[in-house]
Amino acid sequence: MKVTIDNLSKKFGEVVGVENLTLHIEDGEFVAFLGPSGCGKTTTLLTLAGIYKPTDGVIRFGERVVNTVQPKDRNIGMVFQSYALYPHMTVFQNIAYPLKLKKVSKADQHDRVRQVANVMGIGELLDRRPGQLSGGQQQRVALGRALVKEPDVLLFDEPLSNLDARLRLTMRGEIKHLQKDLGITSIYVTHDQVEAMTMADRIAVMSGGHLQAFDSPDELYDRPKTQFVAGFVGNPPMNFVDVSVQASNGRFFAETESLRLEVQKERGAPPASHGGPVVMGIRPEDIQIASDPNNGTVSGEIFVVEPLGREDLIDVRIGRHSFLLLADTEDRHQAGERVSLAFDMEQAQFFDPETEKSLLWQ
Amino acid sequence: MSEQAKTGDTTVPRSRGGSNALKSYLGAYGFMAPAGILVIVFFLIPVAIVLYLSLTNLASSNFTSNLAIMEFIGLKNYQTLLNDQFARKIFFNTIFYVLVTLSIFNVSLALLVSLLTTHIDRSAGFVFRALWILPRITSPVVYILIWKRMIAEAPFGIINQFNEALGQPTYNYISTNPWVFVVVVNGFIGVSFGMIIFTSAIESIPRDLLNASLVDGSSKLQRIRYVIMPLIRWPLLFVVTYQTLSLLTSFVEIQLLTDGGPGLYRTEVWSLTAYHRALSNYFGNAQWGYGSAFAVLLVMIGVVLAVIYMRVFRFDELIAEPRVEAL
Ligand SMILES: Nc1ncnc2c1ncn2[C@@H]1O[C@H](COP(=O)(O)OP(=O)(O)OP(=O)(O)O)[C@@H](O)[C@H]1O
Ligand SMILES: [Mg+2]
Repeated sequence: MKVTIDNLSKKFGEVVGVENLTLHIEDGEFVAFLGPSGCGKTTTLLTLAGIYKPTDGVIRFGERVVNTVQPKDRNIGMVFQSYALYPHMTVFQNIAYPLKLKKVSKADQHDRVRQVANVMGIGELLDRRPGQLSGGQQQRVALGRALVKEPDVLLFDEPLSNLDARLRLTMRGEIKHLQKDLGITSIYVTHDQVEAMTMADRIAVMSGGHLQAFDSPDELYDRPKTQFVAGFVGNPPMNFVDVSVQASNGRFFAETESLRLEVQKERGAPPASHGGPVVMGIRPEDIQIASDPNNGTVSGEIFVVEPLGREDLIDVRIGRHSFLLLADTEDRHQAGERVSLAFDMEQAQFFDPETEKSLLWQ
Repeated sequence: MSEQAKTGDTTVPRSRGGSNALKSYLGAYGFMAPAGILVIVFFLIPVAIVLYLSLTNLASSNFTSNLAIMEFIGLKNYQTLLNDQFARKIFFNTIFYVLVTLSIFNVSLALLVSLLTTHIDRSAGFVFRALWILPRITSPVVYILIWKRMIAEAPFGIINQFNEALGQPTYNYISTNPWVFVVVVNGFIGVSFGMIIFTSAIESIPRDLLNASLVDGSSKLQRIRYVIMPLIRWPLLFVVTYQTLSLLTSFVEIQLLTDGGPGLYRTEVWSLTAYHRALSNYFGNAQWGYGSAFAVLLVMIGVVLAVIYMRVFRFDELIAEPRVEAL
């Protein structure tokens, strides 16, 4: 089922939940809503579910305008962050509830609940109550309940944020696999950008009730159109420095009082012609600690080392700038050590400091 | 070698031994003490006194300040009571009054008001509920005077004035339909208790759960039936039990409205009789002993009902084991 959102706004009195949102979601697509807390993700989802009435704009499921359609007539499945299982019903009754409301016969209910429960790996738990389940098991029941009625659209509201890191990883894979298998159009709300990057076909990045970008994960990562997107997507986050880009003899340099880095023409020309100060962005993985200093490297001092297990997250100070970068644990870097950094300027991003728009991609 | 000595030097927590158990029980009793003392002083001791009084013939006609010669007459008061030709009528009056008021007003209407006011705009709901609380916070005398003025005979009663203005016949409401007014007057007060409890119970159901139910395909009515009602079972049972007992014992409004009349015991209820006999100068004689017998029977009925409710509604299943375990 295609989901088309045009100029959607939802306001609670003066408070803006979401404003002027336009998204066209393809049939069978897995879309993630990504954004910081309070940016309107849940509001958008509940408006799609029909719990909230849109203040403005049009929502279509397929060709049908659903603005005023009751939730029960939208044929959606939804998984809540809190699981929202009915505490007075057994697992079986929880999963069967949507079927019971659809007046599916007792025997069919039984078959379909069993089938879904087996897919979710909770076949053994059908007689228990939600209070007697672990968080992960409850999550599976909630997913089963959303899937059992074979919905046209699946809505997820941060379904994994209450699970431990390991379980999150497994469930991530399972949900993605299931979604591709069933081909149900899905909208997945999260503030965890790893979840969004790994699971979604396309990501809608939101902030302050507004859509910032709607693109594939690779596109968002390699060609962020705004500084917000560049900073929000990617972990650890992109480094930002105020620089001015100068052209001399057909070569381009990004300069501050303590830095002078050469930029390739394709990346250097637009910020140079923009003139004045710009914001340069460079990802931690695009900065290396060079073993031998040469004329391309910049020297700095390690301020702090945070071991992440597989690698170390290192904060290096160059003049008054600070850069995060990743280094092999084997290298055993220490705070206070002087190092030379090599910047992969082919990956540098440039933004207008006023509009925060990218100077490279429009 | 004793069990104690063998394990004494290990740090494995052992099952509660003698002095330990006493200590933990002391703690528990300590916490229960404030409530326990209230129950003893304001319930158990008065019950004991009334029980004793009911076995005497104490009355204003034979009153003596020398309690030593107060005549102990055994169960004679109870015998008189059972042979009292009006006791039967009063008993069934009481059952009728409690059942009808409870089922129509204190539970059903309270539930209806809670459900309606939680399904409309929040502030509108609040206003409606605030209106329903007015009868309870108004002094009973003022409240009953308002009603009496409303339903009084022509030409004084407000309703009858409308009847006259519209060319309708006028009625003496209180003598034609005394029960209707006894029930309605008490019911209007009774609604607010259940309403407050039910509303807070409904409001405290997690929002996600209510939304999930809609998304799962239920209408608002189905959501009430399958999700909200089961989740407020406990407050529902509490209100039924508590309100049964408080209806059984309350009589002020009836006393002010009809005083058990019109005629002989038409709307007299058990607690009102106890009051009439013991304290209200029954034909010039306050029969403290005999009135106490009525009161004792009322307490017994109340206790029996409470036990039955607890059994039927399986209250013990609704109470979870305490989460804090004593070690
Ligand atoms: N029922 C409501 N009444 C008033 N304001 C609301 C209501 N629901 C949400 N808001 C406001 O709308 C904005 C968006 O909220 P929303 O719940 O959609 O955020 P979110 O992106 O889901 O955040 P989170 O990641 O913390 O769940 C917030 O400023 C919030 O305070
Ligand atoms: Mg949210």
